[in-house]
Amino acid sequence: MDLQIKHTEKNEQTIISLSGEIDAYTVTKLKETFSTTMNSEGKDVIVDLEEVTYMDSTGLGVFVSALKTAKENDGELKLVNVQDRVYRLFQITGLNEIMDVNKAAIRGVNE
Amino acid sequence: MENFFKERAEEYKKLLAEYIETQDEKALYEVELVSKAFIKHNILPEEIINLHIKALKEIYPDLVVSYEHSMDFLLEAMISYGLAHQEIQVLREQQIALKSEISIAAEMQQKLLRTNKPEVPGVDIGVISVPANQMNGDYYNFLLNTDGSIGIAMADVIGKGIPAALCMSMIKYSLDSFPEETMRPPVILNNLNRVVERNVESNMFITMMYAQYFPNSGRLAFSSAGHEPGYYYNAVEDRFTEITTRGLVLGVSEDAEYEEKELLINKDDMVILLTDGVTECRDGERFIEIHEVLEVIKQYSHLSSQEMVEQVYKHFERLQDFKLQDDFSLLILRKTV
Repeated sequence: MDLQIKHTEKNEQTIISLSGEIDAYTVTKLKETFSTTMNSEGKDVIVDLEEVTYMDSTGLGVFVSALKTAKENDGELKLVNVQDRVYRLFQITGLNEIMDVNKAAIRGVNE
Repeated sequence: MENFFKERAEEYKKLLAEYIETQDEKALYEVELVSKAFIKHNILPEEIINLHIKALKEIYPDLVVSYEHSMDFLLEAMISYGLAHQEIQVLREQQIALKSEISIAAEMQQKLLRTNKPEVPGVDIGVISVPANQMNGDYYNFLLNTDGSIGIAMADVIGKGIPAALCMSMIKYSLDSFPEETMRPPVILNNLNRVVERNVESNMFITMMYAQYFPNSGRLAFSSAGHEPGYYYNAVEDRFTEITTRGLVLGVSEDAEYEEKELLINKDDMVILLTDGVTECRDGERFIEIHEVLEVIKQYSHLSSQEMVEQVYKHFERLQDFKLQDDFSLLILRKTV
């Protein structure tokens, strides 16, 4: 299954909406998206995972390096609309404690 | 080679004449066989066109000159195809060489990571670890300590393929080099976390469950670094409970802290450690649920631990049509006295 990536700029925020599956095969695409969007200073990036039905551990790796890049550039990375199955992965790995991972939407995204 | 070409050239001419005469499909079928033989002997496309021109001239000595020229033109046009074909040949050979190098590396990895399942009275341990591809990103390790306790590590490198496999060797050698007195699960994870954090790229990290079992008392101490939860099977209550602790995956943050929990294990109880390759098995489009895995384990619980893990693996291998999506590792420890 494929991964669709949609990109919108809104009130100085970048919203990346993903749909499909994030695994070893589709992860390169996501990595490229992050490396182009996260490189500028002080950027807030919101990743909407509402349509992501599956993610394996390789996907986690990409989010961790995106978080590091965001921190280095004084930016922020937020994950919203995370489905239960995917959320569980963040929970097991303890990454939900160092990352902003939300099961719900936040205002302005997907409303 | 010379003879081969001559014979086939004759056959080609014969078939060509036959086809021009009759347009019989049989000739088409036979020329296909000739063409396959040419490919097998690395005959280039332009050589076949050359052959065609010669054959045509022999069948029709007074061929229209402009037609003849057009064929020479086609011949020239095909030369680059011939070169591309040769390049593919070279690439194919290189690929075979690479594949064999990788399989040597995979063998070496297996040797480097080899660990012996401890044979301790009163404990029955079974373990299986099957890579989805050539190199395994899952890893388990046993340590037999002088106080009689058994150290068990179950780990999964996030990140796939060769880099992940190389990372595992680093983990094993770190584990082996820790002095025994520091061998409490949270201390081990703390130390490993620093090793991984310092030495590995930011998009690669490791999840690990480390357990220490004391056969005499039946005490099990364990710590998890973001690893898939394990399970404890209580034989008297006939019930599985999840076992895990809070703790971040190894290699993300230097300040990660690991907690320790304990369990007391009685006769016929089991401890099950696994990786996400087990819990993320698919049945068609659907993901299987963990209780299904546990039911399958129970179904085979009359067997020895080793037979049990092998049967469970076979069950899920069949379910997924023998195509593993992820490395599959399962370890069962049962107290037998």
